[in-house]
Amino acid sequence: MKVSLSWLKSYISVDLEPSIISEKLTMAGLEVEVAEEKYDYLTHVVVAKVLDVNRHPNAEKLSVCKVDVGRDQALQIVCGAPNVRNGMFSPCALEGAVLPGDLKIKAGKLRGEISQGMLCSASELRLDSDASGIMDLEGEYEAGTPLAQALKLADTIFEINLTPNRPDCLSMIGVAREMGAFTDSGQKVKLPLLSFPEGKIEKESIHTHAQVEILAPDLCPRYSAGLLFDVKIKPSPFWLKERLEAIGLTPINNVVDITNFVMMEMGQPLHAFDFDRVAKGKIIVRRAGSDAEFTTLDSKTHTLQPDMLMICDGERPVALAGVMGGENSEITDTTTRVLIESAYFNPVSVRKTAKITGIATDASHRFERGIDPDGTVNALKRAVSLMAELCDATIAQGYIDAYPEKFVSTDIELSTTALNTRLGTDLDADAIKRILESVEFQVEKKNEERLIVGVPSFRVDVTRPEDLSEEVARLWGYNNIQTSYPLVPAEGRPLSPKVGLRKKIRQILTGFSLSEAINYNFIHENSCDRLNLAEKDKKRNVETILNPISDQMSVLRSSMIPGLLETMKKNNSQQTPSVRIFEIGKIFHATQKGVLPEENEMVAGLLTGNRSEQTWYSKKAEIDFFDLKGLIEGFFEALMIRDVKFERIEDQSFPYYQKGYAAFVKSGDVLIGTLGKMDARVLKNFGLKQDAFVFDFSFTAIQDLLPGSITARLLPKFPSISRDITIIVNSAVAVGSVLKQMSAFSVREPLIEHISLFDAFEGPPLSEGKKSLSFRIIYRSGEKTLKEKNIQKIHEALSKMLLNEFDAYLPEL
Amino acid sequence: MQNTIVGIEREALENIEQACDSVALEQISIKYLGRKGVLTGFLRNIATLPEDERPDAGKNANLLKLKLEKAIQERQLKIEAEIDRDFRGIDVTLPGRFARRGSLHPITQVAGEISDIFLRLGFDIAESPEVETDYYNFEALNIPKYHPARDMQDTFYVSDNIVLRTHTSPSQPRVMEKAKPPVRIISPGKVFRCDSDITHTPMFHQVEGLMVDKNISFGDLKGILTTFVHQFFDTQTALRFRPSFFPFTEPSAEVDICCVMCRGTGCRVCSKTGWLEVLGSGMVHPAVFENVGYDTNQYTGFAFGMGIERLAMLKYGIDDIRKFFENDIRFLRQF
Repeated sequence: MKVSLSWLKSYISVDLEPSIISEKLTMAGLEVEVAEEKYDYLTHVVVAKVLDVNRHPNAEKLSVCKVDVGRDQALQIVCGAPNVRNGMFSPCALEGAVLPGDLKIKAGKLRGEISQGMLCSASELRLDSDASGIMDLEGEYEAGTPLAQALKLADTIFEINLTPNRPDCLSMIGVAREMGAFTDSGQKVKLPLLSFPEGKIEKESIHTHAQVEILAPDLCPRYSAGLLFDVKIKPSPFWLKERLEAIGLTPINNVVDITNFVMMEMGQPLHAFDFDRVAKGKIIVRRAGSDAEFTTLDSKTHTLQPDMLMICDGERPVALAGVMGGENSEITDTTTRVLIESAYFNPVSVRKTAKITGIATDASHRFERGIDPDGTVNALKRAVSLMAELCDATIAQGYIDAYPEKFVSTDIELSTTALNTRLGTDLDADAIKRILESVEFQVEKKNEERLIVGVPSFRVDVTRPEDLSEEVARLWGYNNIQTSYPLVPAEGRPLSPKVGLRKKIRQILTGFSLSEAINYNFIHENSCDRLNLAEKDKKRNVETILNPISDQMSVLRSSMIPGLLETMKKNNSQQTPSVRIFEIGKIFHATQKGVLPEENEMVAGLLTGNRSEQTWYSKKAEIDFFDLKGLIEGFFEALMIRDVKFERIEDQSFPYYQKGYAAFVKSGDVLIGTLGKMDARVLKNFGLKQDAFVFDFSFTAIQDLLPGSITARLLPKFPSISRDITIIVNSAVAVGSVLKQMSAFSVREPLIEHISLFDAFEGPPLSEGKKSLSFRIIYRSGEKTLKEKNIQKIHEALSKMLLNEFDAYLPEL
Repeated sequence: MQNTIVGIEREALENIEQACDSVALEQISIKYLGRKGVLTGFLRNIATLPEDERPDAGKNANLLKLKLEKAIQERQLKIEAEIDRDFRGIDVTLPGRFARRGSLHPITQVAGEISDIFLRLGFDIAESPEVETDYYNFEALNIPKYHPARDMQDTFYVSDNIVLRTHTSPSQPRVMEKAKPPVRIISPGKVFRCDSDITHTPMFHQVEGLMVDKNISFGDLKGILTTFVHQFFDTQTALRFRPSFFPFTEPSAEVDICCVMCRGTGCRVCSKTGWLEVLGSGMVHPAVFENVGYDTNQYTGFAFGMGIERLAMLKYGIDDIRKFFENDIRFLRQF
C-alpha cells in the first residue's frame, strides 16, 4: 500500500527525515519497500523572472521572452501563454527536465526562434488544475531558485508491504497511529472533524426515505447509511485528486473520489448508490439464495452462489457485498440523490465471494482482513460532510445504523513474567503499559505481575497475550532484545540413517564421475505414454495437479526416468553429447482420492555419449551396457552390499528398455531396481538421438540391504596359486549361470579363494553359435603354501563339472 | 685350479663390462657372487683341493671376490651416469590420462552446509512428505481456510484437501504430534509454489527449524540464528531482526543480513537497501501448540525457515534461480 507523508502529516506531526521514518516503520513491522520523492520531477524546474516579452515574428499566438533563471545570461524562451508579462515570476523547466506525462524538455527552435526551456502552467507541473496560462508565482523570488524549494513542495510516497495481520494500517490514520508510537512526544492521531456542516442539513429525516433491513446478521453484523440530496456530480477539486493520485488511485468524480478518499483515510470501505435507482428506498442485506446472476459496475456478469452475501433494494440485488457495486445502481453524471453505505461484512464471506467471482478490490482487500467494527459511523459522517461540501449537496437528517450483532471487545490478562520469558526481556509492568498505550491499548496495571489490557476495536489481530508480546517486542525493538542461548542437555544425537546413506551414495557416484541433477517433481502429462507404459502399469497412477503451471509440469513424477531424459536432452542441445548424471528424489503413486499418495525415494542415473573421447592415448568409444553395469557393481561394492545379481528382464514389464538389454538388480530375493539401455522408440518420443543407459533403484531397498557392521578379515599368510580353464560352450549359455555353478562348487572346496572370468570370445576360428569362456581360479590355503599336487584333483573336478553341466568342450590346442 | 680362477675372472669382468642396465648387472652379481654363484661354489670346493694348494686358492678367490664387487659397483655408477646423461626424457606437458570426478548439485551442498551447522548445535533431522494434507500444510499451522494469509503462498492442489507442500513447516506439527518436548529439529526439503520467473521456480528447497522446551525465548531465537548466519557467511556479517507476520509464530521476525554483495552500501542485489532477507522466524504460536497437544503454559519454542536457493544464489553469485533445475552439466561442474 502506498501512503503519502504529507497526507499522514494531517493527522500527526513528525519532523523526522523521510529515510528515518522509513527505517522506523520497517522496524515496527510496516516494511517500507520503496520511498519515492514525489516532486523529483521538479529537479530541473526553477523560478524564472520574465524580463522581456516580444511577439513571435512567425506565429501570432506565441511570444518570445527573455527570462532570468539566475544564470549569467538570460535565456530565450518561446511561450504560448496569454498571461505572460514583464516582471512576473513563473516556473521554468530547463533543458533536461522531465515533466509529468514523460514530457522531456530540450532546447530547440519553435517556428524558427530559439527556445531554451519552457515556462510552465500549474497543470503541466501537476500543482493545480489551472491550465489557462503559465503559473504566476506572485511575490518576490530569487531567480534560479529550485521551484520545489521556493514553494516548499515536499512529499514522500512510501510503499509499504503490509502483512495480512495489520488491516488497521490499510489507512492513513492507521499508519499515522503507528508513527505516533515512535515520535518523542508519543502523540495520538488527530482525527478529522466529523460534525455535519451547518446549514446543509435538511429537515427531512433519512428514515422517511430509506430503510435498511439485515436478513443475514451473521455475515453483516453492522450496516450504517447516510443520504444526500441535490448532489452535483463533477470532477473533484485539485487537492482531492492530488491526494488520490499520489497513492496511485485514479480520480473519477467527486462522489466516487470521496468514498475512496475516506476509505484511504480511515480504512472503512464505502459504497455510494444512486438512491433514485434503489427500488422502494430499501436496502436489504441477504444471501443470494435463488438469484442466479449479477452484473457488477465494471459491466461483467457473474454467476452467484446461494451463500453469497448481496446488498439488495426492494426488488433485486444492487451490490456484491463488500466486493463491488452493481451496474444497476452506480453513480452516473445525472445522479442527484446518493445513499452511502458504510458496513462491516464478515471477512470469510467477502473472501469467498471475491475468490469465486475473481474480483479483488480495495474494499474486498480490507473486508477480508477485517475492518474496525466501530468505524462505520465515523467514516459515514466523514463522507457525508465531504459530499455536502464538495458536491454542493444537502444532508438528510440523521443516519441509519443497523447493528443487530454487537461486537464485544474482551480484555486480555497479561502476565509480565510470561511476557518476559517469551521475549527474553526484563521489562517491568510500567514499561509494558507505556509501550502498549502508545498504540492506543487501554492498560490497567493491577500489580507488577498483572496487567489488564483493553484492545482497541481496530486491532482485530490481537486476541491473546502472545499477540501483546509481539506488540511489546516490535515497539520495544527486536534489536534491543538481548541475544541469548538456550540451555540444553549435551546429549549425543545419532545421524538419521537416511541422511547418512544419501551422503554416501552421493560420494560414491560423484567419485564415479557422475554429476548430481535435481529435476522438478512435475513431469509432462504425456510422460507415461512417452515411456510406452502398458495400460495397467502402476506408474500410470499419477497424481494430477489441478492448477499446473503448464502441460510440461502437470503431473507428479511416477518415475525418475522422464526427468533424466529431459536433462539429457537439454545437455545434448547445448552440444554436450556425453552426460553422466544421477538424482536422488521421490516418485509418487496415487492411491485413493483424498488420501496422500505413496512417496518412494529413488536413486537413478543416466549415462550417454562416450566412455572415452578421442585423445592421444585413447580412441573415441561409446558407452555401452557394461559401462553402466560395471559402475553399478562398483556402487554396490562401495556400499558393501554383497551378492548383488543381475537377471535379464524377459517380459514386457519395463517397456522403456530395449528388449534383451535390461536387467533386474537383486540381492537375494530383494528387488533393488532395474538398469538397461533405453528403447529407441522411447528415446524418439523424448526427442533424443543417441543411446542412453539408465539405472533406477529404490532408496529404501538399498537402505534395508546395508550391512549392520563390518568385521575385518585377516589377510592371508600363504601365497596363492592360480589356474586357468577355458571352455567352449553354446553362445546362449549365460556367463552368470557358469559362474553360479562354479561358485556353488567352490563352497565345497575351501581351497578355492576366487573365481573370475578373464576372457569371453565369439567368432572365427570358433564355429558359429559357440563361444569360449576363460576363467581364472585362485587357490589358497590358510595353513600352508600350496603345491600343484594339493589342487590338481580339485581343478580337474571343476573342469569336469563345467564340461558336464554346460555341454562344453575344451579348446583344441 | 689357478686357471679356473683366471677363467672365472675373465668371463665375469667381460660380462660386467657388457651389462647395460642395473637389472642385468644384478643378475651377473647373483651369477658369480650369489649364494649359489660360481665363485661361491669355487670357495666351497676348496676343501677338496690338495692341502698345499688350499691357502693360495682361498686367497685368490677372495681377492677375485673383492675385485668383482668393485667392478660391479663401478659399472653400476657408470650405468646411473648414463641414465642421467639421457636428457630426452618425456614431455610432461602432454595432457595426462584425466580422471574426472562428478559434482554434487549446489543445492545439495548448501543444504548440507546448513544441516551441518545445526547438527553441530545438537539439532536432529526430521523429514516429512512432499505432498501434504491441507491440515498439516495450513490448518495445524494456524492458517484456516479462507484466511488471507493463504494468499502469501500460491498453492498447487492435487485435490480439495491435498496440496504440494508450500513450505517445510508441516514438519513442525508432524514432529510435535509424535514427540514430547524438548524438541530440536531441522527439516530440509522440497517445497512447491505456483510461480515461475527469474526469481521463482515452481519447486525450490527450504530448511525448517524448530526448538521447543521450557523457557525458550525470543532472545534464544536470536542467539541460534545469529550463530547460524555467522557460521554460514562469516562472523562479520551484521544481522537485523525485523517484525513480520507468519500465522504460526508470534512474535514473528524476518532476519535480514547486511548485503553480502555490497557490504551494506546498497546495490542491485539488495534493491539498494543494504539488507537481504534470508530467514523467516518467530516464537511458535500457541495455537500450533494447542493443535498438537502441548501445554502452552509450560512450553515455548521458536521456529524458522529459510530458502536454500536464496542462500546458494548469494553464496555463488547466481542471479537466475532457474539455473538450478536446468541441470546443464557445464553449470553443475562448477560446484
